[in-house]
Amino acid sequence: MELRNKFLRWSVLLSSLLIAQLAVGQVSYDRILNSKDEPQNWLTYNGGYMSQRHSLLQQIDRENVDQLELKWVLQNQVFGAWQSNPIIVDGIMYVTERPNSVMAVDAVTGRVFWKYRHQNADNALVCCGANNRGVAVLNDKVYMGTLDAHLIALDRINGQVLWKAEVGDVNRAYSVTMAPLAVKDKIMVGVGGGEFGIRGYVAAFDAETGEQAWKTYTIPAPGEPNHDSWEGDDWEHGGAPVWITGSFDPDLNLTYWGVGNPGPDWNAGQRPGDNLYSDSAIALDADTGELKWHFQFTPNDAYDYDSVQVPVLADVEWRGESKKIMMWANRNGYFYVLDRTNGQFLEGKPYVKVNWSSGLDENGRPIPSPQPEGMPTYPGNQGGTNWYPPSYSPSTGLFYFSAWENYATIYRAEESEYIPGRAFLGGGFSVLAPSPGAPTIGIGRTNPINNWTNEVGFASLKAMDPQTGEAVWSYNQFDVSDSGMLTTASDLLFTGGREGYFHGIDAQSGELLWNVSLGGQIVMAPVTYMVNDVQYVAVISGNSLSVFALEE
Amino acid sequence: MKYLQHFFEILYSWSPRLTVSVPFILLLKFSSLQAQELGDHQYTTDAIERGNRIYSRECALCHGPQGDIVDGVNLRVGIFKSVQSDDDLRTVVTQGAGQGQMPAFGFSDADLDGIVAFIRAGFDPEGVAVRIGDPRRGREIFEGRGECSGCHRVNGIGPRTAPDLTEIGAIRTPASLQQNLIDPAAAILPINRPVRLVTRNEETVLGRRLNEDTYTVQVVDSNERLRSFRKSDLVTYEISMRPSKGPTELSGDEVADVVGYLLTLRGQ
Repeated sequence: MELRNKFLRWSVLLSSLLIAQLAVGQVSYDRILNSKDEPQNWLTYNGGYMSQRHSLLQQIDRENVDQLELKWVLQNQVFGAWQSNPIIVDGIMYVTERPNSVMAVDAVTGRVFWKYRHQNADNALVCCGANNRGVAVLNDKVYMGTLDAHLIALDRINGQVLWKAEVGDVNRAYSVTMAPLAVKDKIMVGVGGGEFGIRGYVAAFDAETGEQAWKTYTIPAPGEPNHDSWEGDDWEHGGAPVWITGSFDPDLNLTYWGVGNPGPDWNAGQRPGDNLYSDSAIALDADTGELKWHFQFTPNDAYDYDSVQVPVLADVEWRGESKKIMMWANRNGYFYVLDRTNGQFLEGKPYVKVNWSSGLDENGRPIPSPQPEGMPTYPGNQGGTNWYPPSYSPSTGLFYFSAWENYATIYRAEESEYIPGRAFLGGGFSVLAPSPGAPTIGIGRTNPINNWTNEVGFASLKAMDPQTGEAVWSYNQFDVSDSGMLTTASDLLFTGGREGYFHGIDAQSGELLWNVSLGGQIVMAPVTYMVNDVQYVAVISGNSLSVFALEE
Repeated sequence: MKYLQHFFEILYSWSPRLTVSVPFILLLKFSSLQAQELGDHQYTTDAIERGNRIYSRECALCHGPQGDIVDGVNLRVGIFKSVQSDDDLRTVVTQGAGQGQMPAFGFSDADLDGIVAFIRAGFDPEGVAVRIGDPRRGREIFEGRGECSGCHRVNGIGPRTAPDLTEIGAIRTPASLQQNLIDPAAAILPINRPVRLVTRNEETVLGRRLNEDTYTVQVVDSNERLRSFRKSDLVTYEISMRPSKGPTELSGDEVADVVGYLLTLRGQ
């Protein structure tokens, strides 16, 4: 009896210890909120709710970056652009593979603990590749959106499916390619399908049950404010997708999202009006989804200038005033600074050649200057930049992103009929090339030979000063780049490009300090983390995820 | 090796590295459009329109509106049983073919030109109809006074310094081939631009660019060697904005013949 009691007492003690242990191991909302306190981890898509992609780790610095060496490689088993952003929690890396697999990987050795494969519906449809950009983690679960417009919750320890929720109608070409955003007890995702006449939205789901908590359309219905920015039934299939992970300001309780292009893409005349909230930044209440403010970058867009860039947040002294700002290098060629408490326009300047608009008025609204038919429009269809995540370094005070220079497109608009689940484009475009029939830049790079050359476009990494809206320095590459940015507290900047070089650059001066040829296009941002006092930098190039650390 | 010297001697205009300005590209773009202005090497829009009317009236009954009804023949995309040059086409129309299956037509010269123009324009009234001459004569010009074979290799014969043309007829359209002869500066693919490099060891290398990235460049040099350079090892790296050949001095008929010959080059 006594023995039994002892055993009971001991097992109670043990299980309470285990629970405590588990609670520590869990990724609570508080941990994500205070992710700066654990720079060894990379807990959200954009490296924290402010989306600065700035790490406080500084074991790797400007002096020793040239001693980086390859530690391990994980080979993708599926070909195609690998745009996934790894999440790292206490030495475990969660990374997705196209179309919709999740792996839990030992972040020190690259060996895989488990792999979950989602079978998409046969009719899943996306415009630009079977992409997935990664997972969100919250407590004991991992969350992934799917090409057939579902949200899946997996057990973080064994990869078991816990629930699946329908986010959108796959038969109408809704999809999810972004990494979800976990805020408090909810998991938020937006939908893709801007080339198929969807009506976009952001939706939030209960993290435990998968039950939908709220859903906010990016195109207002009749009777709602700004519905009059559409005519007739255009709003029902007007696009405005949300396919890049947003940001969150806990003090304002606002989530921020970039909204994509209106549809049909290239025939603006077919959908008169400003087409709100296409090509806008929107602020949604984190608990209710209620729209608090919007700022539209490109009204009645005819150029596919999705505003799906990451809303990058910072609290700064801005021209002598304490400001809560949002920085935004837009696909339309302008760099913006907004007041994120109310969406007020503070600053906007072109960062590449822009000729679709002759400038911005005092409210930040572009003054249109459409080019005659057959003439090139700058920036071209892929934009001055695109979805690739930028970085803001509080240490240098600079905002870093990939721009495309010297890149233009000739647009052709035509009437397009909306048929559910089918392409809804309204014309087409050709990329301006120096000679007829010459190769041009496409979505992604599949040719090891750059036979289009910098005469069709090239990459410029720009270090923008948000105080002036001007680049302090830029670093050019011969090919264009769809690479995101990573900065560290040691003033290092890591980025890639389509050529497959992985660069370590001085974030202050723009000087190249180290690089290595990884051989495949880098189409996502690098991330950094620390395990057992070793700082690692992970980057995906082509079909390989490569991880570097300093020589031992 | 004399032809190689010739090839590189006429690399006359060098621009500093990586200074391709936007206005320059625009200039190329629009000059290439201007190059499509009519000359004696191609047919007029009037001829194409005239051909369109005659085709509908006289030819479409047997060949069909898209020109693809007769077995083994697709007029619109240029697939014929025996025809190569425009003259061959004229002969078939005026004399008939297939032992009476295709009757002989007594058209005026202008109507005949129209029919040929409409076919060569791919049935597109707004298309460009390039005159296609005699491939046999074209080959003689290519290897002789046209001085093409001094730089271009065909079916394993000739130097490798310029692009190999063995399959060019399968890759390029007649309009593109013609433009390469008449206005090479507007037609050259940017990757093929001639380059001049000087290494730290003071070696000067002339060649044709094969590939390039931010930090390296790959070329085939004037000795037909594949070379790769780190840009940091170069003291000079220049890209010529002009191709190594100037505009041709051949007549309109001769250009048509060379285009005819190039179109027969469809690989081994």
